[in-house]
Amino acid sequence: MTVDIKIPEFSESISEGTISTWLKKVGDYVDEGETLVEIETDKVLLEIPSPVSGVIEKIIKNENEIVNSNEVVGQLSESSQKASQENKSAATDIVEEAVAVNEPAGYKKTSPAVRKVIAERNIDIADITPSGKNNRITKQDVSTSGSKQAKPNVVNTPISTSSSGNDVERVPISSLRKKISDRLVSAQQEYAMLTTFNEVNMSEILSIRSKNKDKFLEQHGVKLGFMSFFVLAAIEALKEYPVLNASVEDSDIVYHRYVDIGIAVSAERGLVVPVVRHADAKSLSSIEVEINQLAAKARDNKLSIDELIGGTFTITNGGVFGSMLSTPIINPPQSAILGMHSIEKRPIVVGDEIKIAPMMYLALSYDHRIIDGREAVLFLSRIKKIIEDPIQLLLHL
Amino acid sequence: MDKSNFDVVVIGAGPAGYVCAIRCAQLGLNVACVDAWSDKNNKPSPGGTCLNVGCIPSKALLDSSHHYSFLANHAADHGITTQQCEIDVAKMLQRKNKVVKTLTTGVKGLLKNNKVTFVHGNAVIKMGKEVHVSTHEGDQVLVAESIVIATGSKPFELDFLPIDQKQIVDSTGALDLKQVPKHLGVIGAGVIGLEMASVWGRLGAKVTIWEAAEQFLPTVDKDIAKQASKILSSQGFDIQLNSKVQAATKSKDSVSVTVVNAQGESQTEVDCLLVAIGRVANTENLGLSELGVTQDSRGFVEVDAQWKTNIEGVYAIGDVIGGAMLAHKGSEEGVALAEQLVNQYGHVNYGAIPWVIYTWPEIAWVGETEQKLQSDKVEYKTGSFPFMALGRARAMGETEGVIKFIADAKSDRLLGVHIVGPNASELIAEAVVAIEAELTVEDLARTIHGHPTLSEGLHEAALDLDGRAIHF
Repeated sequence: MTVDIKIPEFSESISEGTISTWLKKVGDYVDEGETLVEIETDKVLLEIPSPVSGVIEKIIKNENEIVNSNEVVGQLSESSQKASQENKSAATDIVEEAVAVNEPAGYKKTSPAVRKVIAERNIDIADITPSGKNNRITKQDVSTSGSKQAKPNVVNTPISTSSSGNDVERVPISSLRKKISDRLVSAQQEYAMLTTFNEVNMSEILSIRSKNKDKFLEQHGVKLGFMSFFVLAAIEALKEYPVLNASVEDSDIVYHRYVDIGIAVSAERGLVVPVVRHADAKSLSSIEVEINQLAAKARDNKLSIDELIGGTFTITNGGVFGSMLSTPIINPPQSAILGMHSIEKRPIVVGDEIKIAPMMYLALSYDHRIIDGREAVLFLSRIKKIIEDPIQLLLHL
Repeated sequence: MDKSNFDVVVIGAGPAGYVCAIRCAQLGLNVACVDAWSDKNNKPSPGGTCLNVGCIPSKALLDSSHHYSFLANHAADHGITTQQCEIDVAKMLQRKNKVVKTLTTGVKGLLKNNKVTFVHGNAVIKMGKEVHVSTHEGDQVLVAESIVIATGSKPFELDFLPIDQKQIVDSTGALDLKQVPKHLGVIGAGVIGLEMASVWGRLGAKVTIWEAAEQFLPTVDKDIAKQASKILSSQGFDIQLNSKVQAATKSKDSVSVTVVNAQGESQTEVDCLLVAIGRVANTENLGLSELGVTQDSRGFVEVDAQWKTNIEGVYAIGDVIGGAMLAHKGSEEGVALAEQLVNQYGHVNYGAIPWVIYTWPEIAWVGETEQKLQSDKVEYKTGSFPFMALGRARAMGETEGVIKFIADAKSDRLLGVHIVGPNASELIAEAVVAIEAELTVEDLARTIHGHPTLSEGLHEAALDLDGRAIHF
């Protein structure tokens, strides 16, 4: 059965897109949900998943062509055949060769581990140069050999002591990574970016969390994290200092009367920033649940375009990877970004005593063109105060 | 009814099923494993035939009887004298049961540590990817993306020889005889027949084996089968080929077996008769015919090269699909299927499966036999080495047997290794690796083997293939 590959409905703010990359070609077998083609819009990079499992029959719109909502860009012929089966055919050949008794001249020997990698990466055995004894392909030969995804160029550098050129591996930059890099570079160049720091004592939040984590999980089905507390604290602070929730458009400053908070999530293919919409109208628990859902979608590459655009302020947590301190880069066209970090037990002075407390450094990068140092510093210290005494959230103090 | 969702439900916790379940869990899938096997206290006893009434208990008895045989027949050669060597069968069985218990408990622990949901009860597969399990606590419904049938096999029974597990036994009963029979009759000179005959023969039973085939161990390399036949006969096994058992009449203390062979019909009195003529698929009450799963005439589930049945999302592995009925073959299929379910490449090299028969000396082989290569018209070379020329074998007093190598005549690629000899079951491992890695015989000949070891026999056989064995 033939199935159309269709561009989804773009959201209102996007008129058209450009086909940036076809990840598959005609004749390729794809599993349902596998990314077929990447569409670039002026806002985000959109990945179009395969609607069914099958073989690509036809590509109608080529790379760099412009596409609109609901446009058909290609066709698939549906089949339930699994990818492993496809791998199998390639692999069966290899195994049969392995059983073939009269080895032809130049026969390349393999082992089970090598045969597995070759089959999974769908590599032509002819492209591999064996480095082992008696024309044997080693596992390393495969990992540095002509896979379709990663083509390493052998570079003859004078310092290279290895004759096989295994010292470098060249991988083309993915379009998502390119998009990320363009945006980050443009933010660095166009903004007057500055970062201010503070630190926050996490004792209160930790005790709230440990007291309620089981009940919260039972009630809401997700673990109670810190992120939702910071979202609420940021909303309180943004209400007091609305310029941090604004953006520059030509010669105007656009103040947003709502707060859409982007949460930076690290996905396999790169960093994405899904948005918790109208966070200022939501409760802590529903924000926590939503962040969990968005993060899961990000990991599975299932975020829709609507979930990625907009955003008036961003929070990023470098602490999940163990970062003590960093200077986040603003996500344009926003004007500020809050960076959370890892919690470390440190000695602090309370009154005239030294105590041990779980401390976190906070960083706020802001666009100095429209935000003054005073506002940025007060904004961050407001967040600090709320996190150290979260009851203020309830009382709107 | 209690309903729960899984990525994979594996039916059967034998060596195919539990290994598949664990590998699935390692790969991040949410897995349930259903098994019906119960111990005497109605508690779950995972591990399938292998752990409960197969590989493991038989090896426990083979080891016990081997020690007995050593003390009774060979200890004196080493200067060890014993007053009188006696066997306490009850104690031997108790030890065997303890070994089984330890290992089945171990499987439970492995499943738990890997977060596999274990369900104890009988499973029925229903439409809509549902597995209904009747457990002691009531019925449960498991819904799964993929269902794996790994329900194994059971002994084939002859209509005219109903198993009573006392006088007429199958492999399960032969593992639990309360005393050493005076005369054990065995139908079938296959792996199970020979191993059980070894256990009770070593402990003093007179053993008569009837085999319908013309040849002894027809799937084993002919030179090895010949040697093995000679050695086993010298141990007192009466192996009658070309002999068909037609009837058996039970009386109070004995079974009268009617056998037909070239000489005509004859009667033999035995006090215990073991029926070991093969195994059939264990698929009763699994709901396969209602579901429309294709099975062959012996009930084996038909699968393609990816272990898929004709029903979408239903797979089968291990004994239940037939082929080599070996625990390690089933386990490997379990691993390969699990990897395939997550779109990796999973493969079983059916040409490199080690086979072992635990007689003493042991028989083990991997790869092609000489007779197969002859019929396939492949040009080959052979080399061999007898254990009697090996220092370590001499020191052990285990000099019976031979190692045979077969290689492709042109490429020198190792095609088969066949051993009858002490510890053949362990020695064969080197040959399996060599065949998987496509080594030539010269590769092995140029590999240093420790001295003095039995593995030197492999080295020498490899050298012999090139006409340059040092010690023979």
